[in-house]
Amino acid sequence: MSSPAAGLSSQNGAGRQACSNGPIQNLIMMQAPGRGYNTAAQTMHPQHMPAKAPLEQPAGQYHYGCYQSSPPVSVYQGPGQSAPPVSVYQGPGQSAPPVSMYQGPGHSAPPVSMYQGPRQTNMTRPPMRPLQPHQAGSARIAAPAPSSTPPPVCSNSFYPGSQIPPHSQWAYGTPPPMSQPSVATNHVTSAPSQLSAARYGIQNSPPQGPPAPLNTSVQPGQPSGYGMQNSPPQRPPASLNSSVQPGQPSGYGIQNSPLQGPSAPLNSSVQPGQPSGYGIQNSPPQRPPAPLNISVQPGPAPPPVSPLSSQSYQSGRQPFGPPPPVRPEAPPTGQLNNAATPPPPAAAAKQEVPVPGAERTQIHNSFDALESGGRNAAQHHPQMGRAVGLSYPSLPLGYQNMAVSPCAPGMQPLSQRYPAGAQSFQQAALGPAQLGSALGGMNLQQSQPEALRAINLLQERNLLPRGPVTPPVPCLPQDLQRLNCSPEVFRCTLTNIPQTQSLLNKAKLPLGLLLHPFKDMSQLPVVTSSTIVRCRSCRTYINPFVTFLDQRRWKCNLCYRVNEVPEEFMYNPVSRSYGEPHKRPEVQNPTIEFIAPSEYMLRPPQPAVYLFVLDVSHNAVETGYLDTVCRSLLDSLSLLPGDTRTKIGFITFDSTVHFYNLQEGLSQPQMLVVSDIEDIFIPTPDSLLVNLNECKELVQDLLKGLPQMFTRTLETQCALGPALQAAFRLLSPTGGRVSVFQTQLPSVGVGALKSREDPNQRASAKDIPHLTPATDFYKKLALDCSGQQIAVDLFLLSGQYCDLASLACISKYSAGGVHYYPSYHHLHNPAQVEQLQRDLKRYFSRKIGFESVMRVRCTKGLSIHTFHGNFFVRSTDLLSLPNINPDSGFAVQMSIEENLVDMQVVSFQAALLYTSSKGERRIRVHTLCLPVVNSMADIFAGADVQAITGLLASMAVDRSVTASLSDARDALVNAAIDSLRAYRSGGLSVQQPGLVTPACLRLLPLYVVALLKQKAFRTGTSTRLDERVFAMCQLKYQPLAYLMLMIHPALYRVDNLTDEGAISIADRTVPQPATLQLSVEKLSRDGSFLMDSGSVLYLWVGRNCAPNFITQVLGVPSYTAIPQTMTQLPELDTAESTRTRAFISWLREQRPFYPILHVIREESPLKASFMQHMVEDRTESALSYYEFLLHLQQQVNK
Amino acid sequence: MAFTFAAFCYMLALLLTAALIFFAIWHIIAFDELKTDYKNPIDQCNTLNPTVEKVKKIKRVRLALKLVLPEYLIHVFFCIMFLCATEWLSLGLNMPLLAYHVWRYMSRPVMSGPGLYDPTTIMNADILAFCQKEGWCKLAFYLLSFFYYLYG
Repeated sequence: MSSPAAGLSSQNGAGRQACSNGPIQNLIMMQAPGRGYNTAAQTMHPQHMPAKAPLEQPAGQYHYGCYQSSPPVSVYQGPGQSAPPVSVYQGPGQSAPPVSMYQGPGHSAPPVSMYQGPRQTNMTRPPMRPLQPHQAGSARIAAPAPSSTPPPVCSNSFYPGSQIPPHSQWAYGTPPPMSQPSVATNHVTSAPSQLSAARYGIQNSPPQGPPAPLNTSVQPGQPSGYGMQNSPPQRPPASLNSSVQPGQPSGYGIQNSPLQGPSAPLNSSVQPGQPSGYGIQNSPPQRPPAPLNISVQPGPAPPPVSPLSSQSYQSGRQPFGPPPPVRPEAPPTGQLNNAATPPPPAAAAKQEVPVPGAERTQIHNSFDALESGGRNAAQHHPQMGRAVGLSYPSLPLGYQNMAVSPCAPGMQPLSQRYPAGAQSFQQAALGPAQLGSALGGMNLQQSQPEALRAINLLQERNLLPRGPVTPPVPCLPQDLQRLNCSPEVFRCTLTNIPQTQSLLNKAKLPLGLLLHPFKDMSQLPVVTSSTIVRCRSCRTYINPFVTFLDQRRWKCNLCYRVNEVPEEFMYNPVSRSYGEPHKRPEVQNPTIEFIAPSEYMLRPPQPAVYLFVLDVSHNAVETGYLDTVCRSLLDSLSLLPGDTRTKIGFITFDSTVHFYNLQEGLSQPQMLVVSDIEDIFIPTPDSLLVNLNECKELVQDLLKGLPQMFTRTLETQCALGPALQAAFRLLSPTGGRVSVFQTQLPSVGVGALKSREDPNQRASAKDIPHLTPATDFYKKLALDCSGQQIAVDLFLLSGQYCDLASLACISKYSAGGVHYYPSYHHLHNPAQVEQLQRDLKRYFSRKIGFESVMRVRCTKGLSIHTFHGNFFVRSTDLLSLPNINPDSGFAVQMSIEENLVDMQVVSFQAALLYTSSKGERRIRVHTLCLPVVNSMADIFAGADVQAITGLLASMAVDRSVTASLSDARDALVNAAIDSLRAYRSGGLSVQQPGLVTPACLRLLPLYVVALLKQKAFRTGTSTRLDERVFAMCQLKYQPLAYLMLMIHPALYRVDNLTDEGAISIADRTVPQPATLQLSVEKLSRDGSFLMDSGSVLYLWVGRNCAPNFITQVLGVPSYTAIPQTMTQLPELDTAESTRTRAFISWLREQRPFYPILHVIREESPLKASFMQHMVEDRTESALSYYEFLLHLQQQVNK
Repeated sequence: MAFTFAAFCYMLALLLTAALIFFAIWHIIAFDELKTDYKNPIDQCNTLNPTVEKVKKIKRVRLALKLVLPEYLIHVFFCIMFLCATEWLSLGLNMPLLAYHVWRYMSRPVMSGPGLYDPTTIMNADILAFCQKEGWCKLAFYLLSFFYYLYG
């Protein structure tokens, strides 16, 4: 590595892709590579090595296969795929027909197309030249002529103000108006201000990226007691933003202040990535982080905070005194806090607002207790630097989370948390120093871990936390937890891994991982290095949890092999120092991206290739979708991720397949028609996929003309199968993305399907048939596609049955996505039109990775059982993902093969190798480390109820496909029964009457009920088969955060929003109403309620709702004047309106796709879809939540 | 004993069973390779075309998976021979396996070609384990019947 700057650039994966992707990423662009180092050079970050008791080296070493080196192409083709790409182009017995053949009017017998048939008008559309003499349909064909409706050119046109126009947001280097704060981020150049800029940008929380949450606990080295500010229980943690940001200037002031280092607190709130990491590294750890941060706050909430936080901070500081020279270790409290106090601003979404009152005092107590423990430790064992680092300062804040995620363990001396078997574990894990602190703490605090507090569900009604449910924090030593992967990206159902399979079986909880590997990240450290350091035996990437035996050797944390540290790795580009391999970014960040050298390529990285396959049959034209799609694409053309090599192509189909010749030099696009759908071929292979930059004009012409070309078509047949085959052949030399828009059941050619749904059976309580595909054509084609690195995304817009169960296979196995718009119509269903527009906007502009594979590795002894999601499993731990997008999630079921007896921690590593849209080969690596426990109580204490629900949902989908729906439903209920029974018999110390759960699982029965009433699994309620299948698809590939909203929507009362407890983001104040139970009982006629079900928002207005709300927010004079369909809130200049809109847009910003808002009255037709989400209520076919609990109790106590 | 049709049947069955044993072993190896794919020691130093190796191996695995149908057919064939030779005991011993084969083939996943294994689900640990177990059981059965035919 020649120069540090080159060596390690802090840009994100998207950094170099100007317009490619989620807006968040632009944060990164402004960072000149290597910027971090200027500052970084000044100080070094204390060393953090996992404190692991030395472990035995395993006898056998495996040599693992060359990771990612298997040829993507050759290996996995389906059997049908014998045709070499070359032969592809040749039609039956005709060799590469000259192009001219199609162009000219003289189309005498082109071997291929039925050019001249009687049905010419429909079947064969000659080149789109106005000069077709003999074409009946020439008028139609001439469409591209300028006279046709001018397409909107301004790309931003239909995105309302709240969304930041992407151009300005992320166009690389476009100087944006400085007035816009979010934009300003791009251009700040001086180091300190950059920090703040980055932070600030996040606070703006750009529309799509679920912003900050991921930062939360991962923080590598968040310095300083910033976390403290989060701690005051009354305030949503997000407060910390508010504290800094209103005083923008002051924020800067702080950073510029001599406390160069501690300025990091600013970052600390958000930054997971490099800058903060480095920022931290800069920070002289022992420096008291300027208290001035705390007081900046003009906002409403903060004042109570600051005193508290500063106080606690100081108490926290004392024990440390002057930096103990021996312990270069801890950037003191701050990091700890961060680890435990989850998320910053947007994360507040996921965050719960701690319950005030009692907890507050508890915080103090525990903090003191802990600290004293900590002090002991520090004093007694000053020389144990490394181990001590783990010890303490953490505890207090953990309590803040208690109400939600009781186990905020990283913080607490383990012995307290785990009455059973804690001693041995703790000793082993932490070493003597820890013990001291643990003992010190124990005297003062003997309470049972909050996560295990027994709750009788039948008696406690209000179980929902006020805000979102937060994931539990693994009980890891502090400096390991600080380096742990964000729960947004990597989550495990059991944050304490059971030691043996039998223990796991006894606990009856599923063990698995939930992954969101390609999530849009605001900050991501990127490393360029000629050698990527990996374990020689298991090929694990070096990560924060490896152990350095000495300067030159490190021990893999997955297979325990001892490896050499290569020469280059000794140099640390961050600090520009030599001989500190443990301070390299690879070892300081749980999520990191490598620019891969050529060994990671089997062929030159492919260009970005996009092919659009559009249904243009009568039915499709009827729905009017073509116009929306073309217009959206036209607007987003410049946003498509890619570089100068980007290619684009179009295919349309009805009963024939039409290609579009867009070769440079043509004056207009030409349409080529192939009607031989039995044996499809590509008429002119090299001019159908064209370079987007070179042929932009033609593409635009085509997009403008396309919607008009088919307006009078009478063709009702639909040959989807042949069109897909054509797409496959067209793309197979390069790979790429196919976007299919389909509006009806494919009826001709291969892959034709028959309607299988019996509408009378929709509501049947019995089993639902036809959840499995009717034909394996789509699956086989998908496997072929997967082999050629092609992914197919399916957009289904249809009112009738389309057999999604069969069609979805094309996306499922090629790692595409499925989007379903039931009853799409451009006139009758404007809400869906808007939805489609918004979705397409995101779809076109989001980041994309090509020819990728993902490998999930885990510590020896664990093994992967099953994967869930959209992909093809190529080997036991390897997923083949022709495309990867930021909106897809994966679930992995794990099993324990060998007992994990002498391990304290296990690690999981997901490595995603992909080609960015800029043609760079990159590897994104996430590493998660979790403790191993050996008692039931500990297992239950670490259960992550949301992750469990997500995994159960995926497993249930599998079950309903392989067995039956009723089986799957039973399995879900049994999962709840079994785990509660296991807790009763194994985890509960004192038997209690009623239905008892540990606090951390108290929501499990509720989520199971919600799943049973979910579209995918419900019975007895009329559900269209396609909608059911679509819901199943979503359950499998949605990332967990969105999945949970889909399963259990959030309900808020919004007619009385106040600023109490509000958080501030950018310059908006976002109120934080409490989440309500999903029960009609919570609705009242004189209120109005907002339900957030992930992809849709419903605003339900009660009949007697305060007229104030109706006039001030909805902008109509009275309740009766509320229109039947209302999807926008007017922008009124009233406080109520501002609050409501701020809240709604804040909700929207947390997810990639834009949820449409429906305002509904009590008698609206949409009321039914609103009410179906009221999962706690009884329906005619399903139990209420309470009845379900009674049922559970009966079963559990049996 | 004279050289009867029954004796001929047994001799034929003996030979065919030998073939079946071979198939069963191949089947077991194939699944084992699938399972331990990533652990396979491809020497790190010898990076000479590990991919070619891999492709070869995968082809072998695929071939093994395709041998399912021939295996079933062979088995059905000598069951019919036993029926013709009215060797009720031998037929009776083979009936359970025959029934199992029929059931297995009937309940195979939807696919257009012949074949039993769905590449998209084969990596599921449960299915993989089941198939491995199936392979071992069949191997045992064929071995036993081999000696039975030999001495019967």
